[in-house]
Amino acid sequence: MTWDEASVAERARAFLAEHDPAVMDRLEFLRARFDAGLAWVHFPEGLGGLGAPRGLQAVADRELKGTPDNQPGRIGIGLGMAAPTILAFGTEEQKRRFLRPLWTGEEVWCQLFSEPGAGSDLATLATRAVREGDEWVVDGQKVWTSSAHTARWAILVARTDPDVPKHRGLTYFVCDMHAPGVEVRPLRQITGEAEFNEVFLTGVRLPDSLRLGEVGDGWRVAQTTLMNERVAIGGTPSRRTMMGVVAETWRSRPELRTHDLHQRLLKLWVDSEVMRLTAVRLREQLAAGHPGPEGSGMKLAFARLHQELSGLEVELLREDGLAYDDWTFRRPGTVDFIGREAGYRYLRAKGNSIEGGTSEILRNIIAERVLGLPAEPRADKDVAWKDLPR
Amino acid sequence: MTLLYTEVEEELRAAVRALLADKCSPSALLDRASRTAESGTPYDAELWKALARDIGVAGLLIPEELGGTASREGGASAREAAVVLEELGRAVAPVPFLSSAVLATQALLTAAGQKARGDVAAELLGRLAAGETTAALAVSFAASPYAPPSPVATLGEDGTVTGTVTGVIGAEAADVLLVPVRLARSAKQGTGLCAVEASPAAGEAVRVTPVTSLDLTRPIATVSFDSAAARVVATTDGMEAPWVWEALVRGAGLLASEQLGVAEWCLTTTVAYVKERRQFARPVGSFQAVKHRLADLWLEVVGARAAARNAAARLAEAPAGGPLGDDAAVAVAVAQAHCAAVAVHAAEECVQLHGGIGMTWEHPAHLYLKRAKADQIALGTPGDHRDALAGPADLPAPV
Repeated sequence: MTWDEASVAERARAFLAEHDPAVMDRLEFLRARFDAGLAWVHFPEGLGGLGAPRGLQAVADRELKGTPDNQPGRIGIGLGMAAPTILAFGTEEQKRRFLRPLWTGEEVWCQLFSEPGAGSDLATLATRAVREGDEWVVDGQKVWTSSAHTARWAILVARTDPDVPKHRGLTYFVCDMHAPGVEVRPLRQITGEAEFNEVFLTGVRLPDSLRLGEVGDGWRVAQTTLMNERVAIGGTPSRRTMMGVVAETWRSRPELRTHDLHQRLLKLWVDSEVMRLTAVRLREQLAAGHPGPEGSGMKLAFARLHQELSGLEVELLREDGLAYDDWTFRRPGTVDFIGREAGYRYLRAKGNSIEGGTSEILRNIIAERVLGLPAEPRADKDVAWKDLPR
Repeated sequence: MTLLYTEVEEELRAAVRALLADKCSPSALLDRASRTAESGTPYDAELWKALARDIGVAGLLIPEELGGTASREGGASAREAAVVLEELGRAVAPVPFLSSAVLATQALLTAAGQKARGDVAAELLGRLAAGETTAALAVSFAASPYAPPSPVATLGEDGTVTGTVTGVIGAEAADVLLVPVRLARSAKQGTGLCAVEASPAAGEAVRVTPVTSLDLTRPIATVSFDSAAARVVATTDGMEAPWVWEALVRGAGLLASEQLGVAEWCLTTTVAYVKERRQFARPVGSFQAVKHRLADLWLEVVGARAAARNAAARLAEAPAGGPLGDDAAVAVAVAQAHCAAVAVHAAEECVQLHGGIGMTWEHPAHLYLKRAKADQIALGTPGDHRDALAGPADLPAPV
């Protein structure tokens, strides 16, 4: 059937009539919501969706407001990156196995992409997977892995053929984080805490049924993940924005205001309003079936705005800006931009222009794919990965 | 409300763009600029006639019942006027659309909404809509909507206007000058809007003196009235002149679309140039230092489009005659604060990334830089518009 606003709303109300969140177990409620196709309405029927336009998710969310949610912040990597990749490249069996517990939050996901020697140049990665019968044996080291310490599963890119140029020798897997040989070590950050990890993979055996996509096609599969990652980082509308937090500080501390800060703050208010309008326009384009290139820039804009806002807040606070709230070495499950103080926000926001593709890489992508400018000459083209200087 | 372009808007854009491609090429513009830089008006009367009369852009903001095409039921609106301004900005077209079809028209529409003297306004609007008459609002282009100037001309007891207004755009091309005036004919205070015919018959009573303008494609002039015959369009007892404020703020909102057009031309032209131009045996556009600047500029333009469309859509929801709501006022201020700066940045990058050729008279880049910089001052600077947001954003200034 063709879904519209009214029919999705009707579906959600009918679901609520049969499932009273006040008396139901939280997880049971979420599972039932998934089964009713109201988890992500643009997914296919049977996989948490209705095959409806993506824009109608807002209708479902509105109708189900106030009911138990799946704590999207805690499972952001699964929702934003693993799920769209599994949907695009997974087998029917993989989709049925992974998507429901991923969405309900019963199983947390992490992303095993970056390595100590492969960050922006991700395709250089060296973690290898060697086939042994129906299994793959994985050895290597990954880094900057958010949530690895709470994750049940990971999306993993590994090298399966070192004899071909780097982009062609990669294969994409789902990695079992409970498999023997997976070791997670916290990586303490600039903020004092460890939301990232290093992950050491030593002789980890993964069945071939955990492979996602064809052997040697891992780069193409990874592109889907990376594209979705940038949308997830740059495009998530949140109820409380960084602008809102800084504005509250401004309103509550009139003695700290100066004319210089006032003009800069108003400029950032305009910037965040322009970013909001750009996102509105992008969503309208998506809903109309014409995805625009605007999305490529959202993460870039978001990173700059966050850094400038949090930096201004520390400066505004003067003496209080000299203090830091807490250097305790902790391992949180999420990034807390709202609950912590300005110093933390400033330090953590600096990472927004590095994680999920640096701002420099994103500028290259915009310049080459949107504006059609020529690539820089490359030294690694047509050279087998094993022959690249390292 | 949508921030996308409708099919009708795209058709209008295509018509305007085709006409401009034919009649307003960069080389024709440069010829005209060279001929008129020292003297004469740069306005292209033929082009304006074709736009105003044949395509009908002059009546986009004027309601159907007054001879225009604006209506609540699917007719034209500020959205269509904005699309025309995008194209005129992209071509830095030397036509009095902003001065006549936006600023002067808007002042008349507000005056017509005041009822009392609506007949004069309605008659003038009918002539403007038909594209037969061109008008100009005799207010400085540098006036800010947040500090509208008090009238500097006076309406005498004999019904004539006397006074001098500086920094006026579109005056040389105008058949009718709309002058905000102080009322001097009675003991009571008050202001008004007068219409002065600028035909040669007016003789020495109306003088339009061109001033050498920073913007070669949009000149400014000093307009002097010396006991000039006038018709009263509207009056009010107070010193607040709603027609001036409405014209300035709505004009500012639509100016954002012109700035978007200027920025788009600069970005597109520069991208094309750096793909062709080679240095160090590579296209200049393959260097990251250049690519990153253009990527940043593209992102600014993407934001400018969203902000300008939002302003146009909000203005379309607040039809002429009625007061502008808070949402529309915020949308205008946001669009101006962002788009003015983007246009200037785009034009500066355009000159810079063209290297030496960008600094020459023979390349059109300078026409865009001059337009962008003049537009930044026009109808409130970005700082004026930011200040105006302090209230709505609840970010109060220091005490």
